[in-house]
Amino acid sequence: MAQLPPVKIKDDDREDDSDLSPFFGIEKGAVLQEARVFNEPQLDARRCAQVITKLLYLLNQGETFTKMEATEVFFAVTKLFQSKDIGLRRMVYLIIKEISPSADEVIIVTSSLMKDMNSRTDLYRANAIRVLCRITDGGLLGQIERYLKQAVVDKNPVVSSAALVSGFHLLQSNPDIVKRWSNEVQEAVQSKASLVQFHALALLHQIRQNDRLAVSKLVTSLTRGAVRSPLAQCLLIRYTCQVIEETSGNAQAGDRPFYDYLEGCLRHKAEMVIYEAAKAITEMTGVTSRELTPAITVLQLFLSSSKPVLRFAAVRTLNKVAMTHPAAVMNCNIDMESLISDQNRSIATLAITTLLKTGNESSVDRLMKQITNFMSDIADEFKIVVVEAIRSLCLKFPQKYRVLMNFLSNILREEGGFDYKMAIVDSILILIREIPEAKESGLSHLCEFIEDCEFTYLSTQILHLLGNEGPKTADPSKYIRYIYNRVVLENATVRASAVSALAKFGAAVESLQPRILVLIRRCLYDNDDEVRDRATLYYNYLKKGGEEQKHLFDGLDVPLVNMEQSLQSYEASERRFDISAVSRETKHQPMLEKKTPASKKAAKEATQKGIANGHLTTSASDAYEKLLNSIPEFAGFGKLFKSSPLVELTEAETEYAVNCVKHIYPEYVVLQFNCTNTIKEQLLEDVSVVVDTSEAEEFDQVASRKLGSMPYGAPGQAFVAFQKPEGVLSVGKFSNILKFRVKEVDPNTGDCEDEGYDDEYQLEDLEVTAADYILKTVITNFRGAWEAIDAENEKVDEYVIGVRESLQEAVQAVTTILGMQPCEGTESVPSNARSHTCLLSGQFIGGAQVLVRLQFGIDAQKQVAMKLTVRSDDPSVCDQVHEIIGSA
Amino acid sequence: MVNSDRKWSPRVSETVRHRSCLASYRLFGDKEARILVLGLDNAGKTTILYRLQVGEVVATIPTVGFNVETVQYNNIKFQVWDLGGQTSIRPYWRCYFPNTQAVIYVVDSSDTDRMGTAKEEFHAILEEEELKDAVVLIYANKQDLPGALDDASVTEALNLHKIKNRQWAIFKTSAVKGEGLFEGLDWLSDTLKSRGR
Repeated sequence: MAQLPPVKIKDDDREDDSDLSPFFGIEKGAVLQEARVFNEPQLDARRCAQVITKLLYLLNQGETFTKMEATEVFFAVTKLFQSKDIGLRRMVYLIIKEISPSADEVIIVTSSLMKDMNSRTDLYRANAIRVLCRITDGGLLGQIERYLKQAVVDKNPVVSSAALVSGFHLLQSNPDIVKRWSNEVQEAVQSKASLVQFHALALLHQIRQNDRLAVSKLVTSLTRGAVRSPLAQCLLIRYTCQVIEETSGNAQAGDRPFYDYLEGCLRHKAEMVIYEAAKAITEMTGVTSRELTPAITVLQLFLSSSKPVLRFAAVRTLNKVAMTHPAAVMNCNIDMESLISDQNRSIATLAITTLLKTGNESSVDRLMKQITNFMSDIADEFKIVVVEAIRSLCLKFPQKYRVLMNFLSNILREEGGFDYKMAIVDSILILIREIPEAKESGLSHLCEFIEDCEFTYLSTQILHLLGNEGPKTADPSKYIRYIYNRVVLENATVRASAVSALAKFGAAVESLQPRILVLIRRCLYDNDDEVRDRATLYYNYLKKGGEEQKHLFDGLDVPLVNMEQSLQSYEASERRFDISAVSRETKHQPMLEKKTPASKKAAKEATQKGIANGHLTTSASDAYEKLLNSIPEFAGFGKLFKSSPLVELTEAETEYAVNCVKHIYPEYVVLQFNCTNTIKEQLLEDVSVVVDTSEAEEFDQVASRKLGSMPYGAPGQAFVAFQKPEGVLSVGKFSNILKFRVKEVDPNTGDCEDEGYDDEYQLEDLEVTAADYILKTVITNFRGAWEAIDAENEKVDEYVIGVRESLQEAVQAVTTILGMQPCEGTESVPSNARSHTCLLSGQFIGGAQVLVRLQFGIDAQKQVAMKLTVRSDDPSVCDQVHEIIGSA
Repeated sequence: MVNSDRKWSPRVSETVRHRSCLASYRLFGDKEARILVLGLDNAGKTTILYRLQVGEVVATIPTVGFNVETVQYNNIKFQVWDLGGQTSIRPYWRCYFPNTQAVIYVVDSSDTDRMGTAKEEFHAILEEEELKDAVVLIYANKQDLPGALDDASVTEALNLHKIKNRQWAIFKTSAVKGEGLFEGLDWLSDTLKSRGR
């Protein structure tokens, strides 16, 4: 049974082998052999204890035992109960907890543990309790509950703590039993022993956690004093914060409850309590600067403490405060600056990044000087933090971009790992995008970087950017040299990117084209297929010029996933691949796997969502199209624009399950009703859906298709088609009745009666909304697309949305009404944000692209206002979007 | 009622001598012996164990698992393993069979209904390879209860006469009154001493 030795810990401090465990490199097989000493009639307690230590070491290193091995070791270990050696018994307890054989086997130690639980030896009592609670099931717990309860108030703090901690674990599996200990636990909260008080308070809170009133009472009574243990005090501070959080909603004005208590804790003897209180104050929602001041003051004192842990804690907390209340932290700047030279690099990094956040424009230069000295001796992960801080500083003070960009390019040239380099490149890319003046210098820094860049990924990323941005600069020709150097010197992947970048210059800058063609021609005989293919393609396109050229460099306007699927299903034949046939509809990625089932409800919703989404996949929409085209009545309706997700028209688990898909054509709307008969004893015939259009005036019914027969369990479809005016986003509400003839069926024989009777079944109403006429489309560069549309075609208006719980809710509502695709992750609103911008993209029926910028603001009364900016090539579409919002 | 097995073969006794664990002599002359107390649930095993160890009747609950105690008697240190008799525990008895010098099998003499089960479990133990050298002492316990079978009837009910190649004895006992237990232990220590020699 050869086992790989555990991976040696790579840590600079551990280079010398003397620090390694004495058990390093022991093998499971050998140790299992050694474990036979447990079976010997004359026990050697010392030796046995050592073997158990080895077993524990193996388990700790992640070694696993087979069921048989575990069982064998376990039963051998039980024989050690004959020994009276206290040290050995302690090891026995530990190994029983760790080896955990199957539930039926583990009961064999119950009796022995119960005896130990009542032993006169304190150590036996405490540890036996811990083990018993670990292995126990509900039935046994009833038998030992009495002893556990007693142990909670045991004189010996070790025993009492063991019982309390066990209670904490048992609360998960057997809450009712533990809840009965409340009185004893409450008594233990008053204990003089610090650890007991800590554990008792934690358990008491855990027992009551779902009862807000009880927690509030607990906090109220304990904050008046009586908690001596610093650990317990820290817990109490946390519980107090919860209570503050929950009550602050109703008592906006006036003094915050319990603030005095927290403030009092700032003068506590124990540093941990002071820190916990200070941290709690800084984290209160809507904390005022008056409330913040005393907390900042104590944290400032900690900054010059001799203990590294205090300095770290303080600077980390101040770092967080600096994000929301930079002004409050400014007082600490002097102390913080001295921390830049702190021996502990974590502290130094946090100090630097905090200073970057709180600093004003004038101090940027001085800070940068200090950071430059400091960068050389910190690890990559800290450097990344600094880079990110610099990036946000630069966005804050765009005028300072020169200093900051220089700094970034300097560190880019230094040694560093991939993540670090990527962070720098990302930062430069963002700065180029956000600060137009920084573009040229940023690009030349990147050019220099790729001259000596060992990371293919970064090189290709930069080359791509050069291809896009380079041609738009004042002097595009200066980039050509850098790019062509890559073709000469790099690996195939980078060469291919370089060829693409060159081609873009050629296409965009007329004057450079002849020279570019020469360069690309040199790549035609590259020894890599991809490079050669690209070179050939671009060469030919550039030579031809004109429309096709544009098409190539603008990128695809179809989602890549759809493109990929269409290409996969395309079979080489006479017929050419038609890119316009690729669906432009964006699919929701089924998030099912990623979601952890937080609750059953969420999981269920996710499943339903998954099912609904399942019907939206390309294959499904293709299937819809095929299905509809196969029905003669609908064949002449033209090209299907969009099929909606399923809309349920019945409650779950009713007699007949019906859902509907809305198929939108330029001039027609087809409703597809998917019906399922869930009654075994019935056969349905002549199934149709009668649709009342009295609330949908623009729709004229032109066709209806019945379902001939619908036996139990076999789904079938009925259709109703409507004509509507072209170019109008007709909306309306349809009320639907399912009509059919019922024939009774004997479920045993399957015989069906001849005569039936007519019946009908009321379905829920269905609405066709404006969103049905808009396709979600994905665009990768919203800004680019936005600017590509003439600003003339922009329509702006402001709307009052009314009172909403949060901005997120408002964003969601508007997005749903429009049925458009949120871009660049702007659909999620940071919590507590007072304003938010959301970007949407879509395609209107008729083919016009439409882009929307939503700017939201919320005031203290939760009134939400929105500014809606729409751009589209078709000005009438802009009006229509405003109309949709206006009438919603 | 004592019955030494006349057909005790010398071959067995030879193997016995080689087994250091059987009854090892310690430096100061004390002998040690490992004893298993087995029997159906509610036979009185735990009560017997503590009557032997502390000399009094302790309150017991059904043993989930085992109790192990040392009993010093007649210059022998008995390490007594009292294994729980519930059906859920019986499968694990065998884990404790190796290195056992003697089995004390306890029968509730008043539980006539389960005498058949007691017999089956007993003979299953006798079949065990790891216990083939162990001597067997049977306690016909709970003699204080009305309707308890006497030793002869228990011998009959358990088919003790079928035992071959093994030393065994049966004693009438009452753990609550403390009767018969030490007589049995006397027999056990004598037998073990004579075997160890």
